Amino acid sequence: MSSTTTTQAAPVVRRVRVRDLPVEQQRAIRARQLRRAGTYVLAITIAVWIMLPIWLVGTLAFSTPADVRAYPKQAAPIPFSTDTMEFFLNARGVLPATRNSIVVALLTLTLSTAIAAPAGYAVARYFFRGRDAYRLGILAVRAFPIVILAVPLAVTFRNWGIFDRVYSVALMHTALTLPTTILVVSSVFASVPRELEEAAKVFGCNAFEAFLRVVMPLALPGIAASAIFTFVMSWNEVFAAVVLTLENRTLPALILYNLDKSGDPFKFAGGFFMLVPSLIFIFFMRRYLFNMWGQITK
Amino acid sequence: MAEIRIENAVKTFGKVVAVNQVSLTVHDQEFVVLLGPSGCGKTTLLRAVAGLGMVDSGRIMIGDRDVTYLPPKARDISMVFQGYAIFPHMNVFDNIAFGLRMKRTPKEEIARRVRESAELLHIEEFLERFPSQLSGGQRQRVAVARAIAVHSGVLLMDEPLSNLDALLRLRMRAELKRLLNEIRATTIYVTHDQIEALSMGDRIAVMRSGEILQFDSPTRVYDVPADRFVAGFIGTPPMNFLEGQVRRENGVPCVAIGDFMLAPIPEMYEELARRDGKPILVGIRAENMETLDAPAADALRVKVLVVEPLGSQNLLTIQIGSDVIKASTHPDFAVAANQDVWIRLPGDKIRWIDRETGRTIIPDLESLVSAS
Ligand SMILES: Nc1ncnc2c1ncn2[C@@H]1O[C@H](COP(=O)(O)OP(=O)(O)OP(=O)(O)O)[C@@H](O)[C@H]1O
Ligand SMILES: [Mg+2]
Repeated sequence: MSSTTTTQAAPVVRRVRVRDLPVEQQRAIRARQLRRAGTYVLAITIAVWIMLPIWLVGTLAFSTPADVRAYPKQAAPIPFSTDTMEFFLNARGVLPATRNSIVVALLTLTLSTAIAAPAGYAVARYFFRGRDAYRLGILAVRAFPIVILAVPLAVTFRNWGIFDRVYSVALMHTALTLPTTILVVSSVFASVPRELEEAAKVFGCNAFEAFLRVVMPLALPGIAASAIFTFVMSWNEVFAAVVLTLENRTLPALILYNLDKSGDPFKFAGGFFMLVPSLIFIFFMRRYLFNMWGQITK
Repeated sequence: MAEIRIENAVKTFGKVVAVNQVSLTVHDQEFVVLLGPSGCGKTTLLRAVAGLGMVDSGRIMIGDRDVTYLPPKARDISMVFQGYAIFPHMNVFDNIAFGLRMKRTPKEEIARRVRESAELLHIEEFLERFPSQLSGGQRQRVAVARAIAVHSGVLLMDEPLSNLDALLRLRMRAELKRLLNEIRATTIYVTHDQIEALSMGDRIAVMRSGEILQFDSPTRVYDVPADRFVAGFIGTPPMNFLEGQVRRENGVPCVAIGDFMLAPIPEMYEELARRDGKPILVGIRAENMETLDAPAADALRVKVLVVEPLGSQNLLTIQIGSDVIKASTHPDFAVAANQDVWIRLPGDKIRWIDRETGRTIIPDLESLVSAS
């Protein structure tokens, strides 16, 4: 910088008191504070609404089995104990079921995303005959209640010899999650400006390279979000899992099956255990989602 | 060799004809400016050359190759997009290096070229930043740097300096021109800015509603606009128009503006004689009129409505009959509003425009608009 600027004294920044300001400005500041307070109240209410059941489930999962059975239930895990959780984890079938659930959820996530990515891209980018019908058709799958499909499905799976297999549950979950995944992914792709893809082509990419180098990285946060969603949907899905398996239960199927046979400790520990992977997954992906490029598009 | 030849290109979007039978030949290493009002099809034409959005009919040649159906990467082009289209997930360095990497340029060469282009556009201190951390003008410069870094044979630029402040634009214009000379690219440059068009272009193609109205050197486009639209579109202020009528006096055609008789140059006699008795438009630029403060035999008496001192000149708004025109005078010319002055219209500076067709009447008009 030039010498003239360095010789000048730094301006003294003084905090201005609100009540010294003109009336209109005071009013504007008050209004802003009020709005902000309102936002906070709303956010806190929503957070408590969601957090409270989770907190209770967590509390009871880490209380002693005796405390869990007691009534009224306590509000904090005192004394802290892992007995309830240990009891649950050692219960028959829980660990294999957990493994099954994870395998199913990951398989579903992979299959669903692998199918939905090109399908969503096509729906977002290309005009083809019957595109709208296709979109509607996708949704129609969701309109079919699984309850109606359950028995025919079980029979079909049995005839094909893929009944009571982990991957057959994954296939079912893929079918169930695909509609949503395709729609989410296609809207993600639609949000990537076409001009960027064209720029990639101008600078030496073919269609596939442009997709890989430009569209995909930009769509990744959104696709990750839909992948989380798929994972959680599969992890929590119980009906299809119950209908299609006997021995190779997934965790929700197992818990549902045991629900009326077991006491509160099993239920609360199971509930908490079901929550954990979703929470971890969401927490991890959430950071990834928001931190990726700072800003997805210009 | 990267001559661009566009032959009868047509591009429609539904009912809109964005490019209508355009033929245009840009010589190897030439700098051609596409100039025209918003929505006239400049971007569409540029994209057709780039291979984005295929033409409905017609041919596009680059060098000796017919590229009409080739994808962009096979055309040896690069482009500055009107909306910049820089990649938000790459920092400035990677953005500029993108085209070079796709061509598998050696690393040191990439670093050198990126630095060179960045320096030219004064963005070398932003190389590590992501586009979201740049201002609009900085992003635009990244887009230009990315396009010039690849040193392609054809460079297509869609309003590349539109978002820069006047000073930076002025500097960039000269530097860009110098660099383009150096890398010997054939350039099509879209702009709204007439000064940019007149100062940078080897030739200017003026477009309107998907058609090219005139394709000529900047001086010709300015001096001898092919029609009324071009005359009114180019120049600040645009060309003045006066209503006149062709007469015959002593066997020689001349044009009457009210009671005043304008004498055309002899080369025009034949064309004007054919329009004897018909109305005609008289076009003349503000700076081509001579303003006098005393009557003269060949000068027209007019009334001054407004005087605008612009520093290097005074711009007078003048009433002639029902027409209002602008004339520029030397800043020392003393005149006030509502005063009368006399103006002289030199015959060789007058452009005669057919009232019905709107075309300029020039004996060799066809050579002006032919696209070669
Ligand atoms: N994808 C499209 N779909 C439909 N119409 C389009 C499309 N692209 C351009 N047009 C139309 O084609 C015409 C020419 O558009 P173009 O973008 O080439 O104009 P332009 O000369 O570049 O204008 P500007 O100076 O405002 O950028 C316009 O009427 C526009 O509305
Ligand atoms: Mg445009």
